[in-house]
Amino acid sequence: MLIYTVQRVGLAALICIVAMTILFSLVYVIPGDPASIALGPRATAAMKEALRQRMGLDQPLVVQLLYFFGNVLAGDLGLDVWTNRSVTTIVGEALPYTAALAATGLGWAVALGIPLGCYSAIRRNTPIDKLTGVISIGAISMPSFVVAIYSLLIFAVALKWLPAIGAGERGDLVDQLRHLVLPAFAIGLGWVGYLARLVRASMLEVMGENHVRTARAFGLPERTIVFRYALRIAVLPTVTLLGIAIGGLLSGAVFAEIVFNRPGLGQLVYGAAATRNYPVVMGTVLVTVLLFVVCTMIADLTVALLDPRVRKSL
Amino acid sequence: MSARAFDAEARGGRVGAGLRGGQRLLRRIVQDPMGLLGLTLALLVVVTGLFADGLVLYDPLKIDVPNRLADPTLAHPLGTDQLGRDVLSRVIKGSQIALLVGISATALAMLGGLSLGLLAGYGPRWLDNILLLLFDAIYSFPIVMLALAVITLLGPSLATVMLVIVVGYVPVYARLVRTSTLGVKNSEFILAERSLGARPLRILVRHILPNVVGPLFIIASMDIPVVITIEAGLSFLGLGVRPPAPSWGRILNDGYSFIRETPWIVIGGGLPLIVTTLGFTFLGEALRDTLDPKLRRTI
Amino acid sequence: MDASADPVLSIRDLSIDFVTPRGPVRALRRVDLDVPRGGIVGVVGESGSGKTTLILAAMRLLPGNAEVRGGAVLFDGDDVLRMDAKRLRGLRGRRMAMVFQDPMTSLNPVLSVGTQMVDIQYRDRDRGRPAKRRRAADMLRRVGIPDPEQRLDNYPHEFSGGMRQRIAIAMALLDNPDLLIADEPTTALDVTMEAQIIHLLRELRRDFRGSILFVSHNLGLVAELCDFVVVLYAGEVVERGTVRDIFHRPRHPYTEALLVCDPARLDTVRRELPTIPGDVPDLVHPAPGCIFADRCAKAFDRCRVEAPTLTAIGDGHAASCHLVGP
Repeated sequence: MLIYTVQRVGLAALICIVAMTILFSLVYVIPGDPASIALGPRATAAMKEALRQRMGLDQPLVVQLLYFFGNVLAGDLGLDVWTNRSVTTIVGEALPYTAALAATGLGWAVALGIPLGCYSAIRRNTPIDKLTGVISIGAISMPSFVVAIYSLLIFAVALKWLPAIGAGERGDLVDQLRHLVLPAFAIGLGWVGYLARLVRASMLEVMGENHVRTARAFGLPERTIVFRYALRIAVLPTVTLLGIAIGGLLSGAVFAEIVFNRPGLGQLVYGAAATRNYPVVMGTVLVTVLLFVVCTMIADLTVALLDPRVRKSL
Repeated sequence: MSARAFDAEARGGRVGAGLRGGQRLLRRIVQDPMGLLGLTLALLVVVTGLFADGLVLYDPLKIDVPNRLADPTLAHPLGTDQLGRDVLSRVIKGSQIALLVGISATALAMLGGLSLGLLAGYGPRWLDNILLLLFDAIYSFPIVMLALAVITLLGPSLATVMLVIVVGYVPVYARLVRTSTLGVKNSEFILAERSLGARPLRILVRHILPNVVGPLFIIASMDIPVVITIEAGLSFLGLGVRPPAPSWGRILNDGYSFIRETPWIVIGGGLPLIVTTLGFTFLGEALRDTLDPKLRRTI
Repeated sequence: MDASADPVLSIRDLSIDFVTPRGPVRALRRVDLDVPRGGIVGVVGESGSGKTTLILAAMRLLPGNAEVRGGAVLFDGDDVLRMDAKRLRGLRGRRMAMVFQDPMTSLNPVLSVGTQMVDIQYRDRDRGRPAKRRRAADMLRRVGIPDPEQRLDNYPHEFSGGMRQRIAIAMALLDNPDLLIADEPTTALDVTMEAQIIHLLRELRRDFRGSILFVSHNLGLVAELCDFVVVLYAGEVVERGTVRDIFHRPRHPYTEALLVCDPARLDTVRRELPTIPGDVPDLVHPAPGCIFADRCAKAFDRCRVEAPTLTAIGDGHAASCHLVGP
């Protein structure tokens, strides 16, 4: 397990390096003066000069890249082009809102999706199973931003049950939770469907395998068989999916934050993109990439913890 | 949603397609109620897209400001938008854009994925390792974030959106092709060919390619609605097609600004997206049920 | 069979269908089989003969689409097919145990062998975990696994096929069941491992007082290991008797053909292996008359019209054929 962990962490680090290199080189892939490209047509000559200085654009590329890595490792993501504030600080302010949204969205999806999938597998081909199947597919088929807009339309505009805008009063937990309901619903709905179907399919596959029959042949109670023997294996693809889910959640969060006008990484990067505030865009995207790599790594390590067969090879 | 990618790898390994089998397949899909529904919806979208220009009642770009934000009437079944344009016509025209993006972006990504995947699977080990790292690195960018980064630099346009989608999906398909290639590479008939002295390129094209293309095709075609959704999403954010082009996402954008005045614009923009995704998903499910009987919900 | 002592397992008139989209498949028909106490009964038949269905029925482990059309499976007098689930669970693993065909897939891959062997002792409330582990280690030692205390923490994929089968046997015999059912335990193993497993079974036989129901398509193994033999064809018992009866005095044409075709018994050099011509019959729409008629060299008119019944030939020896009896 230890060897596997070291290997997996090393791989994650490598992926981060390559991803950061890609991000770094985006400015250079486009023909033209990098500073102008980064800052756009509204930038003044002075700003461009300042950026050139900061990025050391006169240095050879490799040196610039190393500077870049060095800065990131030190926690320096550059300065906001318009306000000169540290990008790290700006991102740090926005992150908790997105984290709360992503966690809530995924949380309810997991809380509903996994038991639903389990139940469907155990009671396969019953009306409940078929109904769940149809609803799951329906849920998956609705793009998260469409769900966001429609739930805004129905629950906030038409029925006025829930707030349409913002994250709620700071310090007022109940108000903040009220503001979380619709956005979290929007980004989580598709995942409920995915998880339910994945868990169902995995459970059915595992329950049909020979070792489950062996467990029955030894008279083990059904509860033990379902939870200890079957679910433990069936849950593995779900864990992997949850690791990858962060990517989809972050993409979905962009839409949810914009539709519901919530602060967060999505709102931040969208606003920055609109004003050609490249350092902020780059900093935010970098943070999301790192989050993704870390989450998938944790998921893989968890799978290895649960499934000894995986540890043998990498 | 990009989680499909991981699912794609698992599915790809168990699927193989042939032309004669295609007819049988079609029959079996039609017999399944879900498949029939999916096929109908998907065909509806495709046909609308192909004949959009003939189906529209009004010119989708025709502005009629005095009649703006009108409620649905017989003349305008979905009402009009903020510039008086007929929403239904715009929606119909939007299917053209959706289809265009869906098919061409997917096709390009498939091409890229095929080449890189074959390279990774059949080429030297070090190249495989480098490519894998590259794939994983690109894959770790959430697609919308990647889009925003690129669009900040290149400016918003349909072409940029398609570029981002292609770049985002190539690693997914490349991985799939790589897995298939690795599987076929070690099979006996390939070893036999190699022992007869066949050149690598010949082996690749004549033997590996046909075996690998099938699963790729099926997986990629099931991703078409996802691609359409991504383009719609980016257009909704104002980062895709330039106005006044009526991409469904653009219509949603217009509708969102005026959501308190009239709900019909967002309904018009969102419904076709739902129908498209539902149709292709049902179709994909029916396909999977037919081709991978272990997961069938029969006795 | 020895009718005076009561058998530990008595399958009476058992008929089982599988429900499929094509229609019901007749897997077993009116099967009678007794396993006497302390005896080893071999069930012989080709693929598709219903052997596996028969023994899965014995422990009521049939898949969801199986339907019992008639008959009973009496274990120590109680009908397994009709007893309540709790009672059945009490029997499984304790009074009757099974060793399955494929050692590669019959153990849970993510739990250690020790965990699984301790889990099956769940009914034992008096012993603590360490004591259960010790019992498990002892049993592993008896089946020939070296260094058992260490190996309890290993996972199934860390053992070879032959060793996994030994583990399966160890698990089955842990509680000294009255009946051990072995479903082709050596089919998935190579010849060397097969010999070892058979050797192991014979050794354990000395200490293990229970009965064994041994299923195989390998006639040689059955001859070596068993006291009584039941020959199954297309879901029906076509002949049964002692090993001597079956191997030296077969009376059913199918049994005779099986023996002739057994590659191990060939005494002349020939180009082609002898086979029984024809195919296994369609069990969805079975033809009337004897189930073996269309492949039988000795069939005559009555065979195609009237199905024969099991007729006694000698002491415990019986065959289902019109050539035997009235």
